[in-house]
Amino acid sequence: MTFGSIHTLLSETGNVTRFIGRFFIEVFKPVYEYKEFFKQCFYIGYKSVPLVVITAFIMGLVITIQSRPTLVEFGAEAWLPKMVSVSLVREIVPVITALICAGKIGSGIGAELGSMKVTEQIDAMEVSGTNPYKYLVVTRVLATTFMIPVLVVMADAISLYGGYLGTNIRGVVSWNLYWNQVFDTLAFSDILPSIAKTFFFGFAIGIIGCYKGYNSSKETEGVGQSANSAVVISSLLVFVLDLVAVQITDLLNLT
Amino acid sequence: MITKEKTYLNYERLIKDETVIQLIDVNKSFGNNHVLKHVNLNLNKGENLVVLGKSGSGKSVLIKCIIGLIKPDSGCINVFGKNIPDMDHAQLDKLRAKVGFLFQSNALYDSMSVRENLEFPLRRHAANLSSKKLNELVLEALKNVGLEHTIEMKPSELSGGMKKRIALARTLILKPEIILYDEPTAGLDPITSKEISMLMRKLSKKYNTSSIIISHDMNCVKITSDRIVVLMDGNCLIQGNYEQLKNSKDPIAYNFFK
Repeated sequence: MTFGSIHTLLSETGNVTRFIGRFFIEVFKPVYEYKEFFKQCFYIGYKSVPLVVITAFIMGLVITIQSRPTLVEFGAEAWLPKMVSVSLVREIVPVITALICAGKIGSGIGAELGSMKVTEQIDAMEVSGTNPYKYLVVTRVLATTFMIPVLVVMADAISLYGGYLGTNIRGVVSWNLYWNQVFDTLAFSDILPSIAKTFFFGFAIGIIGCYKGYNSSKETEGVGQSANSAVVISSLLVFVLDLVAVQITDLLNLT
Repeated sequence: MITKEKTYLNYERLIKDETVIQLIDVNKSFGNNHVLKHVNLNLNKGENLVVLGKSGSGKSVLIKCIIGLIKPDSGCINVFGKNIPDMDHAQLDKLRAKVGFLFQSNALYDSMSVRENLEFPLRRHAANLSSKKLNELVLEALKNVGLEHTIEMKPSELSGGMKKRIALARTLILKPEIILYDEPTAGLDPITSKEISMLMRKLSKKYNTSSIIISHDMNCVKITSDRIVVLMDGNCLIQGNYEQLKNSKDPIAYNFFK
C-alpha cells in the first residue's frame, strides 16, 4: 500500500465520518420530510419484497437440502429443523438479505443521487429553498435503516418455510412438528441480536449509497463509479458490522 | 460608447441608483485555476444583462456565486443590498424566493411529474397555499410557456425545448425579481432557441424582472440583451449594447460578433 492510497483511505474515512455526523445533526432538526420518507420506504421496502422473498425461500430450501446428508451421517436427521432454523435466523438470512439490499438499494441510491448531481438537480433543490441533504439523504438513510429489518424478519419466515419444504423432500416431517421444533430451538437471544444488527446494516447501506451519490463527480462516468463503489463498500461494511455484532453477542453471552 | 474596464477602478461610476446586484472585486479559484479575478459587475432594475465569454471563462461560476451555490474566495456580492457570502442558509433561502435560476441542464426532477416539479418551489417558499391556489399558479405558469397539456407528464416524456420551457416556468412560478439564466439555449436547434429567447424577453417584460443571461448564442444575445459584458480570463473586459459591440473594432468583441 502506497502513501497515496493510505492518504486517500484516511481522507475518505474522514469525509464519511463527517457525512454521518451531519446526518445526526440534520435528522433531529425541523423541517421533517415525512412524505419523502414514506415514499422512500415504499421504494426501498415494498419494491424489494419479490427479490428478498425468492432469495430467502431458496436459501432455506438449499441450506436444508445441503445439511441433511451430514446430519444423516451422524444419525441426527431429526435435528435438521433445529440446526437449520438457528443458522438461518442468526446469521445466513440477515447477512444475505443485507448483501442483496446492498446490491439493489445501495447501487440504486448511489446512481440516483449521482445522476441528480450531474444534472444539477441537487443544486436546483437548494435554489428552491430545500435542504437537499435533509430531503435526499436523511429520508433515504432512515428508510433503509427501518426497512431492512422488516425485510429480514419477512425473509426469516420465508426461509424457514423453505426449510420445511427442504426437510420434506427426502423425509417426512409434519407441519406442526417442524414448527414446534423450530420455535423450541429459537430463543429471544437468537432473534433479537440478529434483528438488532440489521438496523446497522440498513444504516450502512443507506449512508454509503448516499455518500457516494451525493459526492459523485460531475461526469457521466461518475454516476457508474458511485453506484459501483456504493455496492462494494456497503457489502464490505455488512461483513465488518456482522463480525462486530458477533463479538458483542459473544461478550454478552447471547450465543 | 464601449467602456473597456480594468473594471475595479471604473466600477463606482457604473453603479446606478436602482442597482439590484453589485459584484465588487470578486475572486474565485479552484486549486491553481483562478476562475474569477477581481470581477466587478452591476445589474440594474429591469435590465437584461448578457454575460458573454469563452467556455471556461467563469461565467457559470459567476452566477452560481450570485445565488450562493459557490462561495467566492473574496469580494462582495450584494443582492438587494445584502452580501451573499455573509448569509446563512435560512437567509439565503429567503432571498432565493426573489432570485430565480434557470440551469443549463434544466435540472427538472426526473422522479416527479411536471405538476410536482412546478409545485416543488411553491411548497417550500409558500407552504400555506391551498391546493386550489397551488393548482392555479401551476396552470398560470404553464400557460405562460404554452405547455398546459404537459401537466401530468414526466420530464422524460418531453422534448429538449419543452423541458427548457418547463424549467423556465418553474423558475418564474415564484415571480422572482431577478432571474439568472445559465446558457438558456444550449443544445437547442435555432428555431427552438429563438422561441425560448423571445419567451424570455416576453416574460421579462410581463413580470418586470431583471436578468443576468449567460450565453454563447448570438441570436439569443441579440433578442434578450439590454447590455452585454464580455468576460475573458476571469475579468469583465468590455461592455456595451448589442449594436455597439457588433460594430466595435475591439478584437475580443469582433471574435464573438463576426
